[in-house]
Amino acid sequence: MKKDIILKAENISKQYRLGEVGTGTLSHDINRWWHKIRGKENPYLKIGETNDRSTKGNSDYVWALQDINFEVERGEVLGIIGKNGAGKSTLLKILSKVTAPTTGIIKSRGRIASLLEVGTGFNGEMTGRENIFLNGAILGMTKKEITSKLDEIIEFSGCERYIDTPVKRYSSGMTVRLAFAVAAFLEPEILVVDEVLAVGDAEFQKKAIGKMQDISKGQGRTVLFVSHNMAAVKSLCTRGIVMENGSVKFDGNIDQALDIYSANSLDIMSNIKWNIEDAPGNEDAKITSIKILCDEDYFLIENEIKVEIEYENLLDGHVINANISIFNDNEVHILASPNLERIPLGKGKYKSVCIVPKNFLNIGKYFFTVLLVGNNFEIITQLEKIVAINVDENGSHRNGYFGYWAGSIRPDLKWKNERIIE
Amino acid sequence: MNDNNTPNDWLFEITPKNKFFSLNLREVWQYRDLLFLFVKRDVITVYKQTVLGPLWYLIQPLFTSVTFTIIFNNVAGIDTGTVPPFLFNLAGITVWNYFTACLTGTSDTFKANAAIFGKVYFPRIITPLSVVISNLVKFGIQFLIFIGFYIFYYFQGANLGLNSLILFFPVLIVIMGILGLGLGMLISAMVTKYRDFTHLIGFGIQLLMYLSAVMYPMELIKDKLPSYGWLVEYNPLAYIIETARYMLLNVGEVSVLGLSYTLMVTIAVFFIGLLVFNKTEKSFIDTV
Repeated sequence: MKKDIILKAENISKQYRLGEVGTGTLSHDINRWWHKIRGKENPYLKIGETNDRSTKGNSDYVWALQDINFEVERGEVLGIIGKNGAGKSTLLKILSKVTAPTTGIIKSRGRIASLLEVGTGFNGEMTGRENIFLNGAILGMTKKEITSKLDEIIEFSGCERYIDTPVKRYSSGMTVRLAFAVAAFLEPEILVVDEVLAVGDAEFQKKAIGKMQDISKGQGRTVLFVSHNMAAVKSLCTRGIVMENGSVKFDGNIDQALDIYSANSLDIMSNIKWNIEDAPGNEDAKITSIKILCDEDYFLIENEIKVEIEYENLLDGHVINANISIFNDNEVHILASPNLERIPLGKGKYKSVCIVPKNFLNIGKYFFTVLLVGNNFEIITQLEKIVAINVDENGSHRNGYFGYWAGSIRPDLKWKNERIIE
Repeated sequence: MNDNNTPNDWLFEITPKNKFFSLNLREVWQYRDLLFLFVKRDVITVYKQTVLGPLWYLIQPLFTSVTFTIIFNNVAGIDTGTVPPFLFNLAGITVWNYFTACLTGTSDTFKANAAIFGKVYFPRIITPLSVVISNLVKFGIQFLIFIGFYIFYYFQGANLGLNSLILFFPVLIVIMGILGLGLGMLISAMVTKYRDFTHLIGFGIQLLMYLSAVMYPMELIKDKLPSYGWLVEYNPLAYIIETARYMLLNVGEVSVLGLSYTLMVTIAVFFIGLLVFNKTEKSFIDTV
């Protein structure tokens, strides 16, 4: 069946200028214009770096989004998740035409209405009724549409009694209810929703999520949804995009997307490194770094996972063995794997690599304990759950089944089938 | 096969740069309800929770006219011919006020609406258009008071004569609105990057008033300051004010050349303003 693509983003990038806009703006403008009239490329487009908030960059320009590509099918509910500053809001702003992308193009087959905030343009001096019309029109409804839905909107908001009172007399909760009520009756082909469900009380949130479900499931409209409320995302969305530092890190099944997101947001470390002065160990040997590596940017069951342990031997003729233990999320000690090579080592730096075979672990979080054992099997240092990874899968072994796969590990065991009775 | 699935039938595209010039009139038309709701908002919120309500619209031109009459006519002795000085000043100020209201109102478009513009898309030109239209309502109210005084002076026996050109008065006001809109859009776009223009516009308008023949007949400046008279003669607004007074009070002169010049400047300013405004609206939110 041919896919019915309603929205398509191609190579969307967005560059922002850091620091104070204003100082030096004129000189940059003149320089840019000078390049333009000579038919050269914008000199400030080249520089800029990925958007990592925590590191200090050298450039004044930064890419808030870089080469974003995705397609959305008609009727799909797409969740966009990511840490603060990952570029979600910038992407939504571009989709809502609030700001233009620096490069790239978004193609759409439907009217997009965006709800980046509830109550945009509400005027405190005007009554609830007047604000329904104003806000509805700002969101793209015509007066006729609003008039025909006015009673429903007022009923949904639960503010009948105050509808002819200026909005400035409303409690903040009532304002939000009224504002969301207007937005809930928008009827675009594509609805873009940001974090708006985070407001209001529990009862109202339930109502709002119910309405969102109606819109997406009942009326078959396409929804792009950004939220930090994982439960809401999980119940509403069918597909998820995980964003990190301005690019798409994962695009696929919503449950996997959420796992990847939660692994990221816990900031678990899959590698660690020490200077020799404060490296763990004793006067005989010290561990200088532990890394868990994978061929991809993230860990997949279908790939080999390498545990690299680097240590420095300070004692000539010393036998050193690295060991690892793997624990899962439920504190189950899954395995322990010692290195059994008993060879005396000269002074110097060494690296031991332990390979966890492909198709061995299950999906989920795994913690690694690393220890270093000396000549007489004495423990030089034991580092409890020092590194961790979140393992995912590409689904190649599932044969179309996408349900829960039980077990602490999921080794690819051999099966042999034969007919024994005819 | 479903028509929707052919590859090139995208409803619209979101791209980095606007075409050199694009004014999507159809889209503006689709949002006409928003335009009128903005106008309504601007008109009704001005006098909500005030005792005098729309009367505030009248107090400012009246007091300014009185002040001008005392300073420029009684003290400085500017001759307004057969027309009572107060009525002469009121006519000039009423018309001038409409221009300044349009200019200051629209020049603030991006800065004042950054909160809305940052959250939702609609054709941005709706906002300055609504300013021009809602100020027209304000102008209408102020014009009524002018008519009131006109009738008052008429029965006092002042020598007043309507001019048949009065029929073109609305056209003159529209031209003025468009000039204010064009200039305002131009400035609003520049304010997003360089805040210097906000400071410039405050006293710029005041200076411009003295060059726009608001409180003196155009002929006077040519007589008294022949070496600086060109400043007024090159000012399209001076022609509008002078012509308005000619239509309303039958004083001064109508210069066809001057009016054609005004019209050309207005069209040029409007299209340049629109062009710059269009260019700005796509990404101003990053710089404002």
